[in-house]
Amino acid sequence: MLGKTSIFIERHVKMIFVLPAVLFVLIMIVFPIGYTFYLSFFEWRMSGVEAPKWVFVDNYKELLFNDTRFWDAVWRTFYFTIMAMVLEIVLGVLIAVLLDRNHRARNLVKTLFMLPMVATPVAIGLVWLLIYEPTIGLANRVLKLIGLEPQLWIGSTSQAIPSIVLVDVWQWTPMIALIVMAGLATLPHENFEAAEIDGASGWQKFWKITIPLLTPTIFAAALLRAIDALKTFDIIYTMTQGGPGYASETLNIYGYQLGFQYFQLGKTSALLMLFFLLILVISFIIIKVRQRLEVYH
Amino acid sequence: MKARKLWFGRLNLLLVIVVILVFLSPFFWMILASFKTQAQIMSNDNLFIFKPTLKNFHSVFEEHNFMKYIWNSFIVAFFSTLFGLILGLPASYSIAKYKQHGLGLVILIARIIPGISFMIPWFIIFSKLGLINTYTSLILSHMLVGLPFIIWVMISFYESLPMELEEAARVDGCTIQGAFMRIMMPLSTPGIITASILSFIFSWNNFMFSLVLAGDRTKTLPIAVFNFMSYSEINWGGLMAAAVVITLPILIISLGLQKYIISGMTVGAVKG
Repeated sequence: MLGKTSIFIERHVKMIFVLPAVLFVLIMIVFPIGYTFYLSFFEWRMSGVEAPKWVFVDNYKELLFNDTRFWDAVWRTFYFTIMAMVLEIVLGVLIAVLLDRNHRARNLVKTLFMLPMVATPVAIGLVWLLIYEPTIGLANRVLKLIGLEPQLWIGSTSQAIPSIVLVDVWQWTPMIALIVMAGLATLPHENFEAAEIDGASGWQKFWKITIPLLTPTIFAAALLRAIDALKTFDIIYTMTQGGPGYASETLNIYGYQLGFQYFQLGKTSALLMLFFLLILVISFIIIKVRQRLEVYH
Repeated sequence: MKARKLWFGRLNLLLVIVVILVFLSPFFWMILASFKTQAQIMSNDNLFIFKPTLKNFHSVFEEHNFMKYIWNSFIVAFFSTLFGLILGLPASYSIAKYKQHGLGLVILIARIIPGISFMIPWFIIFSKLGLINTYTSLILSHMLVGLPFIIWVMISFYESLPMELEEAARVDGCTIQGAFMRIMMPLSTPGIITASILSFIFSWNNFMFSLVLAGDRTKTLPIAVFNFMSYSEINWGGLMAAAVVITLPILIISLGLQKYIISGMTVGAVKG
């Protein structure tokens, strides 16, 4: 009744269904990472003339012990990620609680609120470039309106990262808020009713019931955000390209500059391996902590 | 008590409006500036009252040939999503049905790893194969953004579908792949819509892969907009018009299909 091929497919369906996707991922990711690892032991400038030169761990030594630009980029990456994540979580939870009470307009509000995170990052970068423009930008006009001194924003070495964080906060707070709102919708009503009968205030309910019950959700949102924030590239590259000087150069930007502006492929490969390891270690830690949290709840 | 509640409700509404205005203001600013001349943008009066001009859009389409970049972006986003679905749907079904969580994890890693860590090998290999500045390399690289996402969304979608339906079809003599095609695929349309829109948007928005792999012929919109900035450094009106051209399609799609997007963006983070 059935053809031979369909019997074969049915028997091996477990393999046949996943194999193409897994092969694709292996070829496009695992192999390149292996190749990057291999290249990280060579000095190579990708010119047709010179062959790659085996230097063993010199690239790593150079980065770790002899390259302040690398370490600065590492700290900046953390500075950016932590600042963005903390602000986004705090604001996101507050906004979610705020929007959750407002039942009438909730769907409209959610829709409008989602727009920053789907908008193209390059366009966002450009718009904020205009907003931060010291003489004609909206940012300084607002400061002037409330009687504050105008600022240099991304033009100043000390304000560059915080200014870009602000853009990231604008773009990604909505995601945290939407995740938290989805989490709020799953909370059991009984707890709140019981607390109300016991005479708990709104504030007490928020701290004693909402926040503890939401902790796993908030943690998951923070995990997603942290991993993406560490890799932020588009808005930084469009707004400052790592400048002024190297003031907003994160690991991702430094890796790009080293590889595709200076074509130091060996050293870049070493940097990318370190960056890759860093992301893996952080993801692993966050996932472990999350599992711990879930056990306690 | 009642008066206090009413007052509280009004304060809440006011706060909601303020929050929404703050979050939408960059978009207003962008659209406003795209209809202004350079002189109007530079001047300090009349932020909102001015004579609108279409000159910026004219320059974007006529002088900078944006139609071509829109087409490039569309081709790359469409095919990377289509191939992502072809690879991703059966894989996520199998992972959900046979609980192949290890494989699911492998594919999730693709989402965690920074894209730049495989840019150098790709660049070398695609150069050797003569695939730099072709749709092929762009579609392959963009699939790597879309595919893990498609699989992620679809696993949780298939897990929520009743597997008895498939078993019933099997009893009637259907093969597993037949039941997948005829029963599970139609049932999973909402999930597929969510996964495809987001995969399309991610590809449309992608900057880094195209920055390295695209050339003059295959330049996608984000690269065109970025280049526009470098040789017209302070033509703010033109820049904002370009920004409007690239974001508007996404904003319209999102407004129309918001419920799919929200469910996709928040999937996996909330445990029921």
